[in-house]
Amino acid sequence: MNLLTEPWPWYIGGPAIAVVLMLLLFTEKRFGMSSNLKTLCTIAGAGKKISFFNVDWRQHKWNLMVGLGAVVGGSIAATYMSDGTVGAIHKDVVVELNEMGVYGAGEAYMPVAFFGNEAFTNPKTLGLLALGGFLIGFGTRYAGGCTSGHAISGLSNLQLPSLIAVIGFFIGGLLMNHILLPNLL
Amino acid sequence: MKRLSIYFLIGILFGIIMIKSEAASWFRIYEMFQFKSFHMFGIIGAAVTLGVITTQAIKQLKLRSFFGKEIKIDSKANLIKAPLFGGIIFGLGWALAGACPGPIYVLIGAGYFPILVVLFFAILGTYCYGWLKPRLPH
Repeated sequence: MNLLTEPWPWYIGGPAIAVVLMLLLFTEKRFGMSSNLKTLCTIAGAGKKISFFNVDWRQHKWNLMVGLGAVVGGSIAATYMSDGTVGAIHKDVVVELNEMGVYGAGEAYMPVAFFGNEAFTNPKTLGLLALGGFLIGFGTRYAGGCTSGHAISGLSNLQLPSLIAVIGFFIGGLLMNHILLPNLL
Repeated sequence: MKRLSIYFLIGILFGIIMIKSEAASWFRIYEMFQFKSFHMFGIIGAAVTLGVITTQAIKQLKLRSFFGKEIKIDSKANLIKAPLFGGIIFGLGWALAGACPGPIYVLIGAGYFPILVVLFFAILGTYCYGWLKPRLPH
């Protein structure tokens, strides 16, 4: 197994995420990536009209730096740390997705139809990406955190609201995946 | 400035981990909600298990940060409706776009530019939540 170029198994990836959580705790911060969406609203001037956004964004500069680093890290990993192979996706999933017209499972990192540049000229795809984004932004702030803030950071702190949030993530996710998505694609 | 560069480096590490572990892959998220692979559950489970040990060790042993201060870990507000309703709404978006907020940034760097549409509308969604907040059950 070549860790530099091949995809990582869960037992490398999971502990590595815990290391990120630890590094942030030991640098006096909490792991939570959705807060940046709120900070970006504040920077865009949303605080003038809505008091929820009327906060000092400079206090959240550190998190914007984590986000900016994530962009750079994503670029480094995709450019220099990938031999183009992806982990195997379960064959039932591949068949099911192909039947729904979503190709590339187990062959590409992302479905080209959604995340290749052709998506920009497909109104339906743009609509789905927009809807997904809107739900992500609205839901994470309403819930008070996302996968990093609630599922990783919050559960690690044994917080009941985080457990409720994670149950909510799965209720919504299963509803979309099993019932809505087959009708949307 | 020096401290900000530390967070930038942590972000780079996070971005690499998201891509290499495939936690930023739409296919992996789809597969997770189909319960057809242990991969994502293993990632989240391992991260949380080690996270619990670290977090509880910090609290019990009153460990100090790299900068010498005692680490304070506040709990989130003790709400029930907001994490449940908000969580369900986020879950719908997570399973559709296949990305949670962290991977959104990572995928921009990886060159999957339509994720910018997701980012833009995620910011808009956050804005709408702030606007509607006084009228929503928490």
